[in-house]
Amino acid sequence: MQPTLVILLVAGCVAASCALVGTFLVLRQMSLLGDAISHSVLPGIVIAFLLTGDRSPLPMLLGAGALGVVTVLLVELFNRTKRLKEDASIGVVFPALFSLGVILIARYASQVDLDLDCVLYGEIAYAPLDVLFVGDRVIGPKALWVNGGVLLLVALFVALLYKELKLSTFDPALAGALGFSPLLLHYLLMSAVSITVVGAFESVGAILVVAMLVVPAAAAHLLTDRLGLMLTIAVGLGVTSALLGYALARALDASIAGSMATATGALFALAFLLSPRYGMLARGLRNRRVGRAMREQLLLLHLRRGGDGLAVPQLAQRFGWSRQGLEGVVGRLRSRGWIESVGGGIRLTPSGAATIEASGQSPLRHRDP
Amino acid sequence: MSLELSFTARNVLLGASLLGVVGGVTGCFALLRRQSLLGDALAHAALPGVCVGYLLTRSKSPLPLFAGALAAGVIGALVILAVVRWSRIKEDGAIGMVLSVFFGIGIVLLTYIQKLPFGNQSGLDKFLFGQAATLLPRDLQLMALLGGLVLLVVVLFYKELKLLCFDPDFAASVGFPTRRLEVLVTLLLVTVVVVGLQTVGVVLIVATLITPAAAARQWTERLSIMLLLAGAVGGAAGAVGALVSATVPRLPTGPVIVLCASVLLVVSLLVAPRRGLLWALLEERRAARRIRQENLLKDLYGWQERRHGDWFDLIPWPMLMGVRGQSQTQLARLAAPLERRGLLARIDGGVALTQKGFAAARRVVRKHRLWELYLARRLELPSDHVHRDAEVMEHALSDEAVGLIERTLGYPELDPHGRPIPREDAA
Repeated sequence: MQPTLVILLVAGCVAASCALVGTFLVLRQMSLLGDAISHSVLPGIVIAFLLTGDRSPLPMLLGAGALGVVTVLLVELFNRTKRLKEDASIGVVFPALFSLGVILIARYASQVDLDLDCVLYGEIAYAPLDVLFVGDRVIGPKALWVNGGVLLLVALFVALLYKELKLSTFDPALAGALGFSPLLLHYLLMSAVSITVVGAFESVGAILVVAMLVVPAAAAHLLTDRLGLMLTIAVGLGVTSALLGYALARALDASIAGSMATATGALFALAFLLSPRYGMLARGLRNRRVGRAMREQLLLLHLRRGGDGLAVPQLAQRFGWSRQGLEGVVGRLRSRGWIESVGGGIRLTPSGAATIEASGQSPLRHRDP
Repeated sequence: MSLELSFTARNVLLGASLLGVVGGVTGCFALLRRQSLLGDALAHAALPGVCVGYLLTRSKSPLPLFAGALAAGVIGALVILAVVRWSRIKEDGAIGMVLSVFFGIGIVLLTYIQKLPFGNQSGLDKFLFGQAATLLPRDLQLMALLGGLVLLVVVLFYKELKLLCFDPDFAASVGFPTRRLEVLVTLLLVTVVVVGLQTVGVVLIVATLITPAAAARQWTERLSIMLLLAGAVGGAAGAVGALVSATVPRLPTGPVIVLCASVLLVVSLLVAPRRGLLWALLEERRAARRIRQENLLKDLYGWQERRHGDWFDLIPWPMLMGVRGQSQTQLARLAAPLERRGLLARIDGGVALTQKGFAAARRVVRKHRLWELYLARRLELPSDHVHRDAEVMEHALSDEAVGLIERTLGYPELDPHGRPIPREDAA
């Protein structure tokens, strides 16, 4: 297989599985638990290394996955003592576990074939070289098998428990009342996050896993209100940022995982600015439109109540608006034929009176021509 | 271990203790404002700033690198604020996003720099996990300057920061510039991040902020003491971590500091007076024992009341064993401390109330019956529903509360079951 293809496939699998579980993390406001898990699986990986003496994927997935769940348990244990708030519990647990991992690596560097920097930003560039053997036969790059398997597991998890996850995410009380245990689902989800993180760890490293978990899902959250669509969009955005990131890394001759994280950020920025419904631009335009409609209605109401014949400067003073702003309102209303100029002032036309009569107290609904 | 420290070890010790003190003090504000992970995000966000600082000046002198980190940290904080304010993404998502994306950009720049002809020996990667051994006196000077500045600001704005932590709404209502104070806290955090870059690196700085503060929080309810303690815990963890990593080969300083602080936190969580978990466990057991003792006294009282006998007569063990299904050994163990306090007298084969014990038992029964009557009369509960609640309240009500209940009920003679309610002792 082409090395480039292997890298892209691995990155695509990582991005897709991260986006699937990340969607639920973002919706449940637990992104930082994902961050914590991504750090604290490190000692699990190292211990699995030391015990088995090689990089066989299964013990590593299990060891690190177990540590991910331990992290969640520890955070909840600290929480439940009521001596620490949740943010602080997270903030004390994962650095301790991560430190443990770093120390283990430093102490047993000769036995553990793990580079500290790679812990942070992965070594996806070497994915094509690290192949998996069955007996003596090479069956393909290990990272692809691992992350493909993880993606399959995660997709299965989401597909099978879709209804339960959806309900417990949006209405945990109802889910509990209907007999789905939110706690069990919580731990299942955390296990899924752990497995995803461990699979991705070697390829993109601890911190960039967080980017893949959180950022595409957050961007998708700005683009849709439907869970199914959000999952699809998150996966799409994740895979797109993997591809874009790879291109960027080639162009700059820089870290692939870092570039992918950068790309997720860029896509989020686009969604943040341009999302048709929740984007800054759409929001600004909407605010402007609503503001205009409000001002137009105010002016029409004022004219109907006998403010006829006043000149623009006097009106501006009465409303406390800027002169130009008022002139804009007047211009738009005049072009619709709702008001007309008489002498130095303005007054309502019959069609304007009918319009304001028909609108009652609700805002004027019209589109700009 | 020799007491003579090498030049490097001395620098590491100084740097780590300094960072510990400054981080601990500043972390208190992040902890109390429930922004523990903001520090983490700011630390990660500093990485691209360091790289840009290096790219612009191509020098490893600390000032431009620190300036870059400061600027990037501030931008990261602003992005978090903007995303939370102007989108439906919540704070956790915004923090996770800034943390990982800024770090990603930092990694891109870092790997880019390393491949530049002049970037080979940039040594910027020491900012990832820190490399305390590379601390030079000029780095220490800058750290001391920034750290001193942080502590000075904390002292100068102590009152304002305190109000911001505990009652921001009130602070705003009396005209404190809360917005600017929030920015100030963020700036303090970023400065600590910059101070810690070289010693523990961007990844673990959050622990130098939060862990000592969380440990200190367990020992006190006062902010001033908490700040001092957090500084002490942080400083101690830094010093011990530096010494340990200097003595044992292949032990990275940053992680050792973090683990030291974590150990101090766990110890604090367990043994800190009042808040400590062991303390709470002890308190719980003491309360349970007091309840069992009060129940025994009450049982003795009830026994004599039913018998219409003398209050101070001997009651044989077997009679008492029936009441709550306790064995004779259990009862004897329960009675022993009461006897020492002069409330009971143990005589062969049984136990009897003393004058003092009788008064104590009366107080418990009085609380029980008055509460039953209160529930029955005032809350109109049926009289067969009040006993269980009174079993609990008899151990919890204060003498004053019971006196008030008695007065409200008009000094009643009998409880809902028709048994006499003991009056308060004249003595």
